[in-house]
Amino acid sequence: MANKLIVSLSPHVHSGDSVQKNMYGVLVALIPALLVSFYMFGLGAVVVTLTSVAACVFFEWAITKFILKRERSTICDGSAIITGVLLAFNLPSNLPLWIIIIGALVAIGVGKMTFGGLGCNPFNPALVGRIFLLISFPVQMTSWPTVQQWISYTDATTEATPLALMKMAVKGDVNALEQLPETLNLFLGNNPGSLGEVSALALLFGLGYMLWKKIISWHIPVSILATVFVCAGLMHLVDPVAYASPLAHLFTGGLMLGAIFMATDYVTSPMTHKGMIVYGVAIGFLTIVIRLFGAYPEGMSFAIFIMNAFTPLINTYCKPKRFGEVVKK
Amino acid sequence: MDLILFAVISLGAIGLIAAVILYVASKKFAVYEDPRIAKVSEVLPQANCGGCGYPGCSGFAGACVKAADAGSLEGKLCPVGGAPVMEKVAAILGLEAVASEPKVAVVRCNGSCANRPRTAQYDGARSCAIAHATSGGETGCTFGCLGCGDCVEVCQFDAIHMNSETGLPEVDETKCTACGACSKACPRKIIEIRPKGKNNRRVVVMCVNKDKGAIANKACTASCIGCGKCVKVCPFEAIALENNLAYIDPNKCKSCRKCEAECPKGAIQAINFPPRKLKSELPPREAVVKPATVSSTVSDTASVNPTVSKTVAQALESPKAEA
Amino acid sequence: MKTFRIGGVHPAENKLSAGKAIEILALPKQAVFPLSQHIGAPATAIVKKGDVVKVGTKIAEAGGFVSASIFSSVSGKVNKVDAVVDASGYRKPAIFIDVEGDEWEESIDRSPVLVRECNLTPEEIVAKVKNAGIVGMGGACFPTHVKLSPPPGCKAECVIINAVECEPYLTADHRLMLEKADEVLVGVSILMKAAKVTKGYIGIENNKPDAIKLMAQKAIQYPGIEIVPLQVKYPQGGEKQLIDAVIGRQVPAPPAIPINVGAVVQNVGTAFAVYEAVQKNKPLFERIVTVTGKSLKSPSNFLTRMGTPMSQLIDAAGGLPENTGKVIGGGPMMGKALVNTEVPICKGSSGVLIMNDKEAARAEAQPCIRCAKCVSVCPMGLEPFLLATLSAHKDWERVEKEDVMSCIECGSCQFTCPSHRHLLDYIRLGKGTVGGIIRARNAKK
Repeated sequence: MANKLIVSLSPHVHSGDSVQKNMYGVLVALIPALLVSFYMFGLGAVVVTLTSVAACVFFEWAITKFILKRERSTICDGSAIITGVLLAFNLPSNLPLWIIIIGALVAIGVGKMTFGGLGCNPFNPALVGRIFLLISFPVQMTSWPTVQQWISYTDATTEATPLALMKMAVKGDVNALEQLPETLNLFLGNNPGSLGEVSALALLFGLGYMLWKKIISWHIPVSILATVFVCAGLMHLVDPVAYASPLAHLFTGGLMLGAIFMATDYVTSPMTHKGMIVYGVAIGFLTIVIRLFGAYPEGMSFAIFIMNAFTPLINTYCKPKRFGEVVKK
Repeated sequence: MDLILFAVISLGAIGLIAAVILYVASKKFAVYEDPRIAKVSEVLPQANCGGCGYPGCSGFAGACVKAADAGSLEGKLCPVGGAPVMEKVAAILGLEAVASEPKVAVVRCNGSCANRPRTAQYDGARSCAIAHATSGGETGCTFGCLGCGDCVEVCQFDAIHMNSETGLPEVDETKCTACGACSKACPRKIIEIRPKGKNNRRVVVMCVNKDKGAIANKACTASCIGCGKCVKVCPFEAIALENNLAYIDPNKCKSCRKCEAECPKGAIQAINFPPRKLKSELPPREAVVKPATVSSTVSDTASVNPTVSKTVAQALESPKAEA
Repeated sequence: MKTFRIGGVHPAENKLSAGKAIEILALPKQAVFPLSQHIGAPATAIVKKGDVVKVGTKIAEAGGFVSASIFSSVSGKVNKVDAVVDASGYRKPAIFIDVEGDEWEESIDRSPVLVRECNLTPEEIVAKVKNAGIVGMGGACFPTHVKLSPPPGCKAECVIINAVECEPYLTADHRLMLEKADEVLVGVSILMKAAKVTKGYIGIENNKPDAIKLMAQKAIQYPGIEIVPLQVKYPQGGEKQLIDAVIGRQVPAPPAIPINVGAVVQNVGTAFAVYEAVQKNKPLFERIVTVTGKSLKSPSNFLTRMGTPMSQLIDAAGGLPENTGKVIGGGPMMGKALVNTEVPICKGSSGVLIMNDKEAARAEAQPCIRCAKCVSVCPMGLEPFLLATLSAHKDWERVEKEDVMSCIECGSCQFTCPSHRHLLDYIRLGKGTVGGIIRARNAKK
């Protein structure tokens, strides 16, 4: 025989799925929210997103090549682009360039590559970047530009976000909740906030796409959203003046973005469906606790960050149901 | 004043209670350990390599004490520390050290890329164990080295390396402690722990192929075909032929090298012998082409390197070999 | 539509030869019979060089209870008893017979008449099945008479016939049902009688609507037999998955076996072989083999005598293409890649699949991104990523604790893995090692 036969163990076929396909699928799912952010925040959004993506990809490439000295570049797998977009989505649209670049460096350098790159990081890199910036630059990170100032960047006028109003209500300002935008506006995204988090509708489109393409399973987003709804609803029933309605909680801040794109990050979320639900419920609960009783108005990123740390523990204790454990019919 | 008094009394009380608990616990849950185990442990190298066959040095120390109680340290050897350490151990335990022969790992396959034509291509995880389970290997020889380097991976002493030219592992005898990890890791049992032999010289059948002669011959130019010539020529009855494969008993072999000269396939190798002086004494062996395996250590440690004497001898015989 | 409850994947079906009627393959020049073509002890050769044998002559005796006899598929002279490279890639002892003519043993009924009545007792049937050397024809090759003799304390409640053929490409069982429906159904009735049950299910995947329709029509005449159409999902042909799909019971973790939940599972090819053995006195020496592949000229189904080299089947299907990368004995999900094409057809050879070099090459493995897809497709509810990692680190104790022995090696995890990791390679290594550790432990006790 002319050519040698290849021998390998079965299976001899593959589904054709790949890391790239999944990563680019997530990017496609991010497009609606990206478009909304461009519409709402104009030039600022474009600059922030491009800077963040470019910086993330650059740092990934540079670290792989010069520090880790790996031959194979990993920028093609798309994970750095996702980190870049997600980091941008978590920033206000008037953030100066140098802060964004520092954020990208922390996200990729500290959050991802120190642990060995894709697949090894215990925390979502974009979250590491965002939390680092939030703690280091609290003023810049919490001044949110008013929507639809299309051509302004760092000079945009700012206003309080709905979450800040909700926090004031909890602290005893009885009129704060009345100033909240209408729920429909919150849903569509016509309110100040970080780039990508404003429009719940666009983010839900992304969720639908990812579920359809089977990139993620429903367990994490649904359990987070349901938990937030139930917890916020209970508090609202106790005191409607101090605690905002559950729908307002669902549609404000980074909740949707976090539940759909940040918490579902493959690397840092649990491996079993049971574990995913435990993880989702815990994130939802922690978010509400931080929002209502914590120092910060928004608790989503901290909640995900905390639960990322618990993921190995969840993996150890939440085993899938083994075949044969099911009770006989 | 009260404050100081309270602090002193309460802290004192806590300390007292804790002391009582600790005392009770240390008495109640005390585990007796033979003090000799700690002493033996101290003289061991603490490499925790497991080469002795026990889980780490403390495990070995425990086994030694137990064996000493039974009366003899026979069979216990720390391959890293060797005889000096075993003498110390024996002294602690009040026994005579049992001298054991120094051993070394020997890769009994010479199916290099040049000797064994590839007939298939393995595509899978780089693990000999997995390749072994997948099929007979990439060549017609289903007994020989698979070349994925499981032995290299398990070696704690950096004493075995793959030669990229031959595709076979090579043992660095100066580093090998004969711990046997590679021998255990090899799914085909190619690596044997053999006595080092007098002056570090030994004669070995470098093949483990049990196929019939014709098949073995076709699969590899350096295979043992079970012709039995070596058995006949051996004056000491040190060679046994079983399942079409010759095996030289290291305890009987007197390193006369008659079998090496007799083997028509060059499967028997005399390791670490100086090259023979008279070429004319040797039978022509053009057919047995061995690649010139010249590793970096060859030039300065020619007498130690396992393959170099052989290689040099053959390079002299057959100038075509290197072409 | 019924299916099993946990995991599963849906590989591209590629049933290229589904429309091709079964053809009879010409006799080989030399037939080779490996002595170990079933699970259990190898058979012992009872012929020697120079012996003359007929078609259907017993040439090797079962080597124990869990073993099966081997019968000659050709007439001629025994050339030698020697080693041959079989599907495992290793040399194993085998009987070589030079073919001369085509003379059958007189006891075999060669008429095509359907014999429906069977008046034998269950014990007689089991004895006949054993004497015909029948093993599971699906690929695992477990001796059939062992499955029909339940261990003490277990009682069968139903017979489940595996006509799922969930492996992509393969169509041998599909064609068998279309062309020998009555024989199969009689075979199922005999199996039910042997297992002393009154209920028989035939599970067929929904991608074979013609077979479902035909079998359902004919099954009316056979009391107790029900055709169960199943949703197309791999690995439905796995014994445990099939039982779950058909009667909704799950076999507990090993060492439990299907009979513990009252089920006896047999392949549809086995049912046909049982029919021939019991009603026609014909031992198992030929079977239907699918020869297929996208690069092959004419993928076909052949009625092949055992011992025929695979190269002959490939030639009959249009010859081995130039760019062949892999020749697989069996289907693409669980088949074995062969080192050469001279490997003989054995009792369990359901197909020969040719892949070109592009299809055959595995993509490079990348780091695990912990996407958990392997966990969600595992039909046994295991965590393949974990088992593979632990096996690679040789942490056998934990591998065992994570239920590696439950793995059925279906390959769904590796099929799905977006990082193209060689999950099953490592899991097999873990399963093999842990199996050895468990056996050693049991032997100590």
